[in-house]
Order: sequence, then C-alpha cells, then structure tokens
Amino acid sequence: MAGGIYEKYKSDGSLAGNVLEWVDARFPATSMWKGHLSEYYAPKNFNFWYFFGSLALLVLVIQIVTGIFLVMHYKPDAALNAAGVPVAFASVEYIMRDVPGGWIIRYMHSTGASAFFIVVYLHMFRGLIYGSYRKPRELTWLFGVGIFLVLMGEAFFGYLLPWGQMSYWGAQVIVNLFGAIPVIGNDLSIIIRGDFIVGDATLNRFFSFHVIAFPLVLIGLVAAHILALHETGSNNPDGIDIKEKKDEHGIPLDGIPFHPYYTVKDIVGVVVFLMVFSAVMFFAPEGGGYFLETPNFYPADPLKTPPHIAPVWYFTPYYSILRAMVWNFFGLDAKFWGVVAMGASVVVFAFLPWLDRSPVRSIRYRGPITKAMVTLFVICFFILGYLGTLSPSPMGELVSQICMVFYFAFFLGMPWWSRMDKFKPVPERVTMK
Amino acid sequence: MKKFLIALLFAPVMAFAAGAALHLDKWPGSVSDKAALQNGAKLFVNYCLSCHSASYMRYKNLMDLGLTEAQVKDNLMFAGEKIGDLMTVAARYDEQKKWFGATPPDLTIVARARGDAGAPKAGADWLYTYLRTFYRDDARPTGWNNVAFAAVGMPHVLWELQGTQVMNHETHKLELAVPGKMSPAEYDKAVSDLVGFMVWMGEPQQEYRQTLGIFVLLFLAVLFVVAYALKKEYWKDIH
Repeated sequence: MAGGIYEKYKSDGSLAGNVLEWVDARFPATSMWKGHLSEYYAPKNFNFWYFFGSLALLVLVIQIVTGIFLVMHYKPDAALNAAGVPVAFASVEYIMRDVPGGWIIRYMHSTGASAFFIVVYLHMFRGLIYGSYRKPRELTWLFGVGIFLVLMGEAFFGYLLPWGQMSYWGAQVIVNLFGAIPVIGNDLSIIIRGDFIVGDATLNRFFSFHVIAFPLVLIGLVAAHILALHETGSNNPDGIDIKEKKDEHGIPLDGIPFHPYYTVKDIVGVVVFLMVFSAVMFFAPEGGGYFLETPNFYPADPLKTPPHIAPVWYFTPYYSILRAMVWNFFGLDAKFWGVVAMGASVVVFAFLPWLDRSPVRSIRYRGPITKAMVTLFVICFFILGYLGTLSPSPMGELVSQICMVFYFAFFLGMPWWSRMDKFKPVPERVTMK
Repeated sequence: MKKFLIALLFAPVMAFAAGAALHLDKWPGSVSDKAALQNGAKLFVNYCLSCHSASYMRYKNLMDLGLTEAQVKDNLMFAGEKIGDLMTVAARYDEQKKWFGATPPDLTIVARARGDAGAPKAGADWLYTYLRTFYRDDARPTGWNNVAFAAVGMPHVLWELQGTQVMNHETHKLELAVPGKMSPAEYDKAVSDLVGFMVWMGEPQQEYRQTLGIFVLLFLAVLFVVAYALKKEYWKDIH
C-alpha cells in the first residue's frame, strides 16, 4: 500500500500550500502520510490485544528520550570516588538527588525497561493466538523476533550500568555462560568483558552498546517491522484476509483508515497504559523488588558474591531453562547445553511461521488442542519465570525441567498438533465481538 | 530489672543461627514526622557520620526537613564543611578498612538496600531491629555482637544511650544488664527517629513523589475521559 502511487500535493495558492507542494515534489510526504496513516486500511475489528504494538513504540520513545537525559549525567566509571563508592553508582544517586527532575527521568527509564518487556510479551502473545506470523507476514514476525533479541541485549547491557551488586554479578554470571562454549568459549567471554573479570572495560563497552549500537539496530528493526507490516496489511482477531473483499475503489470492505480511527483509539490505550505506568513509577518504583532489585542498592563489590543472584524478571523464564539443563550430552558439559537450550528457547520463536500447519490462523476457529497447548505454554512460561527468581532447589529443578520439556514440545510438536485439531469454518467478513 | 526486659521484641537466636528468617520488629515511625526526622538527623550526624558517610547527600538537603541554613550549620555540621558539601567522613575509606577490617558502608541508601523484595519497608524494620539488638559478647574483637547481624564488625555506638544488653542463653533473649542514659522506651523512640531519618535519606523526595503521582493520575483520568469521548465520536459509524 505504501509507495509512490499517490498523487503529488497541489498547492491551493496559499503560502503554506506552496511550501508543501515544494516539499512534496522533493520528498514523499504525501505518499508516506497516506500510505502509512490516512490511507493505510487496518481491519476494523482490532481488540484489546492490538494496543500493545503502538504501546511498544511509545515505550521505545520513552526509553530513548529519558535515556538521552540520563546520559547527560551518568558516568560509566568503575573507579572509586573519594568516599570509596564507584563513580558510576554514585552518579545514579546524583541523578536521583541533585539533578532537577532526575528521579522522574530515572524512574521512567527503570520502569520503562520492565514495561517494555510487558508490552512486548503481550504483543507476541497476540501474534501467537491470532496467527499473525503466518504467511504472508513471516518477515514482519522475523523482524519482530529480531527486535526481541536486540531488546534482550539492550536490557542486559543497561542493567550493568547502575553498577550495583546485582548489575555486577548478573553480568558476571551471564558473560561466564559464553565460557561454556567449547574451544572458543574462554576467549569469547574475555572479548565480551574486555578483561578477565567484569570491570571498568566491561562497563564502558556495555555503556557504548546500550546507548549507541543496540538502539540504532533496534530503531532500524522497528522501521523494518512496520514497513513489512504495512506492505502486507495487518492481521486481525479473525485471522482472515480483509484484502479479499474490496469495494469499487479497491478499499477493503472491512478496512478503516489507520488515521484517524486507530490513532484516536490508540490514544485511549496510551492514556490507560500511562495510568498503570504512573501508578508503578510514583507509588512503587521498585516494582516490589522486581523492577529495581534490592541488592542493586549496594554498589558493585567484586569481592562479595551475593547469596542469591537472580536476573531481572523478564529474563527469568530463560534463566530457568538454563538451570534446568543438568545433563551432559556427547561429552559436553551440562552448562554448555544449558546455554544452548536457553538460546534455543528464544530463537525458536523465529520458526513459528513454518511450524504452524493449521489451516486457519486465529485461535477463534481452532479447536481444543490449540487452546490447551497455548494455555499450557503460557502456564509453563509463568512457572519458569517464577522459578527463575528463586534460589535453586531440587523441587524447582524438577518442575522447571517438566516445563522446559513442554516449552520445546509446544514448538517442535507444532507441525503435528496444529494439524490434528478440529477447526471451525472461518467467516467471510470480520466479526466485531 | 524485669521492667527492663525487652524480651518480647526478639526472635529466638537459634532460629537465626539456623539461617531461618529473622523476626524483625516493625519500625513504628513515619517519614512524614518532621520533628522525628530532625531528631534522627541529629543522632545520625552525632553517632553515625564519624565513620559512615552519607556521600550522596548534601548538607543543604537537610533543609528539606524544615530547617533553616543556620540551623543546619549550627546543629548538624561540625567540621567546617560548606552547606553544599556532600556528607562524607574525614577518614579515608582505605584507612578505615585497615582499622576496622572493612570500610563502614555508606549509609545514604542503606534503608533501601536492606529491604527485601516485596516489602519496601523491610529495610526500616531491619535497621530498627539491628540498632536495638546489640549485646555484650567477649568472643568478639569489639566485645559486641548483634542478633540481626551475627558477628557484626561495628561496636555498639549507641551503648551510652541504650546501656548494655546481655544474651540470656537459656531463653535466647536479650536482657538489659546496665541501664543507659535513656529508658528502653526513650531508646526505642530515638532509634525509630534515627531509622526514620535513614528511610527519608534513602529517597528524600519520596513523599513529593507520591503527591505528584496523585496529580499525574488525576490528570490522566481527565485525559482518559476526553480521549474516550473522542474515540466514541470517531467510531460511532463503524459497526
């Protein structure tokens, strides 16, 4: 839909009109506006789950804008200051106290990190239940998986920057994981750290990745994600193609222009989201110890390992999978297979478009097998996430192993179970329920 | 001596030794009580700040407790610091490490650091318990031990206020052997004020944050009504 098929703007003779005509002759202003907003036809039956794409974009903007201001005052320096506190840690407290409005900016950024994962997980779940990754939207989905991977890296690098105990030891644990890779592992982890332990070199390169490299890639992927989506058009809760039924002007009968319909609708979503966001930010900025972990109020101390190192909540499902792998295969250490399983548990999402063999997209017209599998998958994901926040225990290990097996069975068994289900007939036109 | 028993305040030491959760006494104070915070600030600069820094705080921040610059200078600053200076200690941290075996930690955000996940006030409870459960223990180099912090490196700095407690190894409860300048009730109040100051210092804007939050939510509630009405108006023809 996007592209140069729109007529160039013709001035009405006014000054503003002349300027716009001049610009439009040299820049695709009209075609971008129409192609992506005022004449981008989205299905009219979007429901609750369709808020989270635009909300993810909002959180990205929040993170970038607050990040710009944080970088003005934050110092990525692991050296101790005159009071014996690492400069990086002290600079965060400086932002919290001495920078006017600094605490708001910092809490927005720390709450935004968790909010980002919440909206992205809900956005991915939407794709899962309505089959949004299915043909022809495979590339949109792949760009999305890329966004998710980069976001995880971005969050991981950013978490080191406050240079608290959990920042430090979390990074230590995760970077050490690369050491489990045979042959190259040790050198690889030294290259990542820039040192033999997590230190000033690590802090500086993570800062560089966090504020430059990864945000650049992230923005590029977000643009590609949206361009690919607008090329194919959006899926909808019925999982049917609205482009099959068009009026005499070639406009889908069930399509409405994104602007103004979905812009005004998304504003409502934005306001509700901001209310929840503000409730956390102003009344519980620590998020009950999950958004800002308590041990991170101690400055990093390379000589004092915390009794319990837990990643931030959004990584805990994968961390559980890492810990659940306790078997040595093919003469390789269980730790290596843990890393493989953890990596696979994230990357496996990329294969969904080709794993799903159901004749219909949306869960609405799929039968009990799909509903049971998706429900169990979500339950397993939550259990893995919960167990990842706890100290290791034999019971927890067993439960996380069961959940891990199901987690992979869900994906790897999908070519079979997605076909076996009972299916309902798909409607001709979208339904407004 | 019986009335000096503060027994019911303490959990069995055995439970702690076994690594089980320590029973924490609830901190009875509030960060809204300005007079208590001022008293806590006085105790803090007199008893804590000699060894522990509060190096993210500036003396001028103490004016937020309802004090004038002159009051802060006259009552809370002793070593010729300037009002904009950070509340650091004169001793160098690496020298302190030689003296005590460990650098006394910075206390600016200790109340937040000691909090447990899910219970933002747990840090205050821990501090309130810790500062009231020192007891004589000749096995320790300082002669002091602590129920909340076993084998603690810090001596009981507030002993002249509280007096000397001993551990009754049969009941696993603390008993006051030598009374201090304060009665147990006065001492508890003083510690409560001190803890209150540390809770406040952990995030001096915490009350303003919540007040601002109410206004932000009210604004968003109004914005929601407008946004929802706008959506309804635009969507009235979509069926």
